[in-house]
Amino acid sequence: MTGRSLRSILGLLAAFALAAFVVPVALRAQVTSERLINSAAEPQNWLTYNGGYNGQRHSALKQITAANAKNLELKWVFQAQSLQTFEATPLVVDGIMYTTQAPNDVVALDAKTGRVFWMYRYTLPAEIRICCGQINRGLGMLGDTLFMGTIDAHLVAIDAKSGRPLWKTKVADNALGYALAVAPLVVKDKVIVGVAGGEYGIRGFMAAFDAKTGKEVWRFKIIPEPGEKGNETWPGTTWEHGGGSVWVTGAYDPALNLTYWGTGNPGPDWNPDVRKGDNLYTDSVIALDADTGQLKWHFQFTPNDGYDYDSVQVPILADASWNGQPRKLMYWANRNGFFYVLDRTDGKFLFGKPFVKLNWASGLDANGRPIPTRQPPGVETYPGLAGGTNWFSPSYNPRTGLFYVSVWENYRNVFSTNDQVYQPGRQYTGGRGANPIPHAPNIPTLRRGPINTWTEEQGTGAVIAIDPKTGNHEWRFPMNDVTDSGVLTTDSDVVITGSREGHFHVLDARAGNVLWKTSLGGPISSGPITYAVDGKQYIAVNAGNSMFVFALRE
Amino acid sequence: MLRLKGTCVATLVMMVALGSGAHVRAQDHSGNYPPIDIENGALLYGANCAQCHGVNGDGMPGVELKTGTYKRAATDQDLARLLTTGIPGTAMPATALASGEANALVAYLRTMRDFNSPKVMVGDATAGRALFEGKGTCTSCHRVVGKGSRVAPDLSDVGATRGADFLWRKLQDPTAIMRPIDRPVHIVLKNGRTIDGRRLNEDTYSVQVIDTQERLLSIMKSDVKDYTISRTSPMPSYKDKLASQELADLVSYLVSLKGGM
Repeated sequence: MTGRSLRSILGLLAAFALAAFVVPVALRAQVTSERLINSAAEPQNWLTYNGGYNGQRHSALKQITAANAKNLELKWVFQAQSLQTFEATPLVVDGIMYTTQAPNDVVALDAKTGRVFWMYRYTLPAEIRICCGQINRGLGMLGDTLFMGTIDAHLVAIDAKSGRPLWKTKVADNALGYALAVAPLVVKDKVIVGVAGGEYGIRGFMAAFDAKTGKEVWRFKIIPEPGEKGNETWPGTTWEHGGGSVWVTGAYDPALNLTYWGTGNPGPDWNPDVRKGDNLYTDSVIALDADTGQLKWHFQFTPNDGYDYDSVQVPILADASWNGQPRKLMYWANRNGFFYVLDRTDGKFLFGKPFVKLNWASGLDANGRPIPTRQPPGVETYPGLAGGTNWFSPSYNPRTGLFYVSVWENYRNVFSTNDQVYQPGRQYTGGRGANPIPHAPNIPTLRRGPINTWTEEQGTGAVIAIDPKTGNHEWRFPMNDVTDSGVLTTDSDVVITGSREGHFHVLDARAGNVLWKTSLGGPISSGPITYAVDGKQYIAVNAGNSMFVFALRE
Repeated sequence: MLRLKGTCVATLVMMVALGSGAHVRAQDHSGNYPPIDIENGALLYGANCAQCHGVNGDGMPGVELKTGTYKRAATDQDLARLLTTGIPGTAMPATALASGEANALVAYLRTMRDFNSPKVMVGDATAGRALFEGKGTCTSCHRVVGKGSRVAPDLSDVGATRGADFLWRKLQDPTAIMRPIDRPVHIVLKNGRTIDGRRLNEDTYSVQVIDTQERLLSIMKSDVKDYTISRTSPMPSYKDKLASQELADLVSYLVSLKGGM
């Protein structure tokens, strides 16, 4: 074969390879269960809320590097027609992006240009009961169907090509405070969601629905009834309004067929004395059989919580060495201020250490149970009610072996209780957490205007890199304001994250220094994602009321 | 001229309003609420509202419930409806309230500025204005409707957001109740220039201030050598500078400042 012939053949092969990359919109529109399981093999897509079942929010894409991040430039902007906090994580499937415009509109866009294919507008009733803003965190997808939870507590299936609804199932009663803010997780042929409403005295549950019909397949009651294991941790009838919401998407281990979800605070939030006991399964991670919803194990982070320390963080599943042995691990930076390592096969506690200042517990015992040190009335408790971290997604980079998370440092509240009686549809909080600084903003609101009245003395934000083996901070990137931004890592060892201040950063994954930054003019309250179209890597992030998409300058 | 010692703040506010004559209520409500409604409303407020809005109604940036007047709710009926439906597009949730409860909450919100406040002497607003602009030298730092310095916060609508008890305490101990964002800053730049002023806004990379020459400055922290935030208010205490009656006059004047533009 001549060199010219070889070059011709190589050229043809290259053309085929390019075509395979360019035309998958037509060829690969179906999102199968296998694709979801093997999502790491197609890093050009972002197929689930966390980018993959392991919750790592880590991408194998590496076109954007520490060396060239300075060449990032804005490619397009999607301006949402919504003033709600923009907490959704988009999906990207073969060049098409799907995201939600809060509360419950769905939009399909060209991931390369931002041009809109269609928009589906869900009609909500005039009166909605939901704490803390009409939020939606995104979609699930299977086949050609998208799935969205609604804040009036329904689950809706939408055709991904036409934007037309296919079915709608009532999950719970919004008049009682139930809502769906979570991005559904699709496992096999089921769509799994949990209910929000922990400030309304709900009884939280997880449920799975048949992806084709919307029919409920299984339900796991997070607050067990009399006769069910765990109900003994609730005195009297307190279980009836025990909270235990779920509002952030969990993880799934296909080999174990277990799906892992973090559960929310018990009700009433701030009065633990009226519900003495552990209050299972609130503030826990629950491991459910994905086919049946049966509880395989649980680990409770904050028994008898009196601080609103929801455990709704994303479980990060990692296969790594532990004490010299390969092990199926789960990493978890909890709102209560402790970082945990668990064995995800059985929930065994392996390690725990504070990652921020805390004084609600003096430490963890050998089983990971906190040793409580409840502060006297009027004394500051660390961390405050919004926690050492919260719902915003952390990331794990297997290359560096580091766990990256946005945290609130030196943040505290003075907690007090009251004897509130449950009333249907009304907030059921049983007390409050007050800012100890007179005439300062009480809790940092989810939305901010351009003027920041939150000051450093009330607490500051940071992104920290934790070594899961030691709990030590490998580096810390401090911010003036607290932060609600998720974190994204890539195989090129960059950390991509934002801030409430509206700054968007690319950091060095090993040292934490800023490689590139830009100001987006509004708080970043979701996790950035990355994807590729036609071989070009993009980064998408929400800030304020818009989504901004960046790529390297050509 | 009324100079009644020991009259409660509610009376003071009422007298200021009546005495001004020209004050027009922008909000359509009776202003007379049964005490039992106010008390029930206070309990409902503690259970449903205080977590976000704070005990003093100032927990949410840009929202001062103690004004008793609200952009989105002119009438009591508007306010009751807003409480039950929430405000779409904001963090304000809907709350299931029976109509009697909504009325109680409205009663408390309209009067919370005065609810359970300590007793403060009643003064004369006209005399207070003379003190503000004269002996008290308040205009050397504060501004009211275009008159006075901009170095300290503008007080043109302070009476709409702060009650008499707050103002009384503020005049006596300015440092104790200074908002963190108002703390004075002293900045030394790497080029040796020094800046003294009041913070208006701040983030990780920059700080915006109004300096003692009333200049709006945006300073990059990368240019800063030393940055000191003082916990001590530059405002002097008037506890020993003014007689009690003079303080009462000054409070009466401040309470009368409602903005309105």
